[in-house]
Amino acid sequence: MTIGIGGWGARRKPMALVRELLRSPLRDLTVVSYGGPDVGLLCAAGKIRKLVFGFVSLDVIPLDPHFRAARQAGRVAVTELDEGMIQWGLRAAMLRLPFLPTRAGLASDVERLNGDLRTVTSPYDDRETLLAMPALHLDAALVHVDHADERGNAQILGPDPYFDELFCGAAKRRFVSCERIVPTAELTKLGCVHTLYLDRGMVDGVVEAPFGAHPTSCAPAYGIDVEHLKAYAGAAASAEAWTDYRGRYVDVDDAAYVEAVGGRTRLAKIPQAVF
Amino acid sequence: MGDARYTLAELCITAAAEAWRDAGEVLASGLGLVPRLAASLARVTFAPDLLMTDGEAFLVAEPVPVGPRDGYEPRVEGWLPFRKIFDLLWSGRRHAMTMPTQIDRFGQVNISFIGPDVAKPKVQLLGVRGIPGNTINHPCSFFVPDHNRRVFVERVDMASGVGHDPSRWAPGVRQDFRDLRLVVTNLAVLDFGAPERAMRVRSLHPGVTLEQVQEQTSFPLAAAKDVPTTPEPTAEQLRLIRTVLDPRDLRATVFK
Repeated sequence: MTIGIGGWGARRKPMALVRELLRSPLRDLTVVSYGGPDVGLLCAAGKIRKLVFGFVSLDVIPLDPHFRAARQAGRVAVTELDEGMIQWGLRAAMLRLPFLPTRAGLASDVERLNGDLRTVTSPYDDRETLLAMPALHLDAALVHVDHADERGNAQILGPDPYFDELFCGAAKRRFVSCERIVPTAELTKLGCVHTLYLDRGMVDGVVEAPFGAHPTSCAPAYGIDVEHLKAYAGAAASAEAWTDYRGRYVDVDDAAYVEAVGGRTRLAKIPQAVF
Repeated sequence: MGDARYTLAELCITAAAEAWRDAGEVLASGLGLVPRLAASLARVTFAPDLLMTDGEAFLVAEPVPVGPRDGYEPRVEGWLPFRKIFDLLWSGRRHAMTMPTQIDRFGQVNISFIGPDVAKPKVQLLGVRGIPGNTINHPCSFFVPDHNRRVFVERVDMASGVGHDPSRWAPGVRQDFRDLRLVVTNLAVLDFGAPERAMRVRSLHPGVTLEQVQEQTSFPLAAAKDVPTTPEPTAEQLRLIRTVLDPRDLRATVFK
């Protein structure tokens, strides 16, 4: 099964949904992600067979130790792509096109190490050789937003929507977690109409998950929890450390999780990171 | 560095700022402290048309000082989320300076992994990020704080960025948007002005010899007969770096 995960690095990742994946019997996943702790957690739990990615970073901590450990042990296969190629492949899938042309990837080892990538020749007079970025079809997409109504109209209040609607557009089944489910009429009162990035035709399921992006940020509501990311990174030190982390923060329900990481009052006060 | 009037970091910042001279109205992306301060310095001196971001999703009308904001509010002049970034950089309107883990004679850089085996890297790094698309679409420069043979390698383990090695270019692939400019290090400023567009020494930092630079580089470097010395920061450049762009002296941590 191929799962696409929205957000970017340590920002607006659907972490409550990812923790649910860890608790589920699903395995041998192919994951497409602008990777952050979503990828690290899934690696630590042995859920990923293949990762389609351009980077994995915790932003405030440049490299994710769980992902590194899995890669350096040869436990995770990769399709490593330029991050622009990924949005291009998702867009191709959304538009039901077999590929979209780009220069990104040509003449680099992205082309050499991904032997199934093909090039096309422009049919016009320029005859340029271009990389044909294949459609990245997803079985399911997971994204986290600020608000949604019960039918799946969804609102992102943060300054960057990333590529969440492309993930939804490329997927057969689309699931949105949100800080709060609100009546439809509330949506345009809570933010200007430009913040309604997903319409209900792009969404199959909605779940309310307060602080559902934690420990990543959900601007403007809360920032990246640097303290928790340090604990998360520390859990890569040994099998015992991971077992301990998993017991405290993964094998618990959402309400217990929020309490375990410091409670609602603390989380609501986490400031936005400055870069 | 004999002259105590300025630090090595300040010399590297002023040398790296030159990458954006005459760049025009393009996005200046400096990734890492020295590249960011260099882009900022260019913006507030000789390259006032440069576009800059706050490091998040906004374009700003003046460079944001590095470090804690202390009540400073970025002067927003536009919106630049990631979806617009790819449009912008694939259109060529950007010059980025990044910090590669490895770089070779033809300017190929590696930020992905170390080791011969993609299935089981010796060291997993960040991943290629946007470097393949950047290097084939718009001007790129690089900063290396520790010029040594582990960074300046005969051949990068993973060519994340494209370079000038003719064997890597299939017929029909456009090479004319590729534009590798400067490589600024703690020892010298390099460029790709040698035959075959290979790397050469453009200027040596004060007190550094060509032999020293070659000694720290795994491949033969080209150089002119009389390699010039990297220009020292002016008093005005030092004032801007110290009082406007980096008032908390974060640059003191670059070279320990």
